[in-house]
Amino acid sequence: MTRTAKLVAAGTLAAAGVVLSGGAAWAQEAAVTAEDVQANLDNVFVLVAAVLVIFMQAGFALVEAGLTRAKSVANIMMKNMMDFCAGAIAFFAVGYAIAFGTGGNDFIGAGGWFLGDGAFQYGTLSVPVTFIFQAAFAATAATIVSGAMAERTKFKSYFIYSAVISAVIYPIVVHWNWGGGWLAGLSTPFHDFAGSSTVHMVGGVAALMGAAVLGPRIGKYGPDGKPRAILGHNIPYAVLGTFILLVGWYGFNPGSQLAADGAIGGIAVTTTLAAAAGAITAMLAVWARTGKPDVAMTANGMLAGLVGITAGTAAVSNVGAIIIGAAAGLIVVAAVFFFDRIHVDDPVGAISVHGVCGAFGTICVGLFATEDTDFWQQGLFYGGGTSQLVSQVIGVVAIAVFVAVAAGILFTVLKATVGLRVSEEEELAGLDVLEHGAPGYGPDTTPAIPSTSRPGGRTTTVPTGASS
Amino acid sequence: MIKLVTAVVKPQMLDPVKDGLKGMGVQGITVTEVKGFGRQGGHTETYRGAEYTVDLVPKLKVEILCTLDDAEQVMDLIRKCAHTGKIGDGKVWMLDVDRLMRVRTGEMGEEAI
Repeated sequence: MTRTAKLVAAGTLAAAGVVLSGGAAWAQEAAVTAEDVQANLDNVFVLVAAVLVIFMQAGFALVEAGLTRAKSVANIMMKNMMDFCAGAIAFFAVGYAIAFGTGGNDFIGAGGWFLGDGAFQYGTLSVPVTFIFQAAFAATAATIVSGAMAERTKFKSYFIYSAVISAVIYPIVVHWNWGGGWLAGLSTPFHDFAGSSTVHMVGGVAALMGAAVLGPRIGKYGPDGKPRAILGHNIPYAVLGTFILLVGWYGFNPGSQLAADGAIGGIAVTTTLAAAAGAITAMLAVWARTGKPDVAMTANGMLAGLVGITAGTAAVSNVGAIIIGAAAGLIVVAAVFFFDRIHVDDPVGAISVHGVCGAFGTICVGLFATEDTDFWQQGLFYGGGTSQLVSQVIGVVAIAVFVAVAAGILFTVLKATVGLRVSEEEELAGLDVLEHGAPGYGPDTTPAIPSTSRPGGRTTTVPTGASS
Repeated sequence: MIKLVTAVVKPQMLDPVKDGLKGMGVQGITVTEVKGFGRQGGHTETYRGAEYTVDLVPKLKVEILCTLDDAEQVMDLIRKCAHTGKIGDGKVWMLDVDRLMRVRTGEMGEEAI
């Protein structure tokens, strides 16, 4: 049978099938409502957004690898890999239930453990789609910390930290806010649309505690106590990673609408404008300060703008987004200088980008929200008074204090038990070989080859006792 | 008599040096990326707002094996081709080579150049 003949035959069979089951097919089609189509659209959109957020893991990995030294590059990649893997399993097992379970109280959720009976689903979204989107966010909060603790942390201890933040610390904060806990129950509910503080500040504050408990890298501070630059080994990685994070943010922010509706486009615009403004002002600030437009700091500025807009991305105007992003770009530069000065060594700027700008962006909702809605009150700058601003400040302070205490305890316990920091010898040699067995950039060598099969065109047969 | 002429030059001057050596009929050179300091010293730069000193400046080391007759000309040519007149142009020097052998054929001495 030719190809055409086959197609004709198949077509005929299909046509017959339609005729035979015609009644049923029509009945089914009529049952598909606009709501069903919308629900499918919502699920598809949020799943795609979740995948974009998961792609941000690649961005974090590259930014952190690029801004640290080559001798520990395999270690930083490994930490990023395990942030996602430990985070996914921990959030599936307990995190999701603590965050969204309805059986708990205002401070901690319970129910739907291991995605079982009672697992939370939002609106039109299915349980799996709701979960995968939230799990992607949990992994984001966890992975922020690895850069700040780079080049000196024991891998074993980091792995334990990573599981705990995704299993317990981050989910508790989520429960307060998105899980319907006490921050959502304030008389003017706390509003953090996509997680400036719920995700980013959680990671940033945990990063601050980790870096503070660890202490600075050897050589970061001279005998005079002045900070010294420790150059990142691959600026193209850092910038490529920043771009990947930018792309991922189009899942992070618009996806947090949790529906494929008319709002997502506007959210994408405020996200874009804040990112651009943050990069420009950070570049100008460091340029004015040191005389050169530093590339790594400019990349931090773009991320600062993104973190800053994440809370108010749906609530502020386009001009508001530019102002928030621009301010975040200036704040991140000042914060990097500040943490350098107080001897908190953060090789990638994670504390400044995610912690400081996360807090700033969350508070900005109370200043820049353009109007009253069901989800937020008009901000102070638009004549809406201080009610939203007060709720934002309460939320930021509460989350920051909780995470600082929880992460502080966690890192202190790890330090006293497993040990948090590698030996001085290992730190100087780089973590790759001693923690993981092989360098990130291995020498281009060939393993020793038996003399009977050396390459080079000629076969040299060397008689040995065994073969002759 | 075989000489080893070694030059340390600015990386961007490699092409003129290489072309000049090829032009005078030099059969082979070896180039290595090196770092060091001379009277040029170092200078201060900034990264993420913090200062650091670049005290080892990247250079290229060019090595040429040649006969005594050619060696003076090779040195002069490198001086001419690698010269910018600014600090950090590098150095060129010459050493005696006791023995020289071509790995492929086993030829010795000037035959192996």
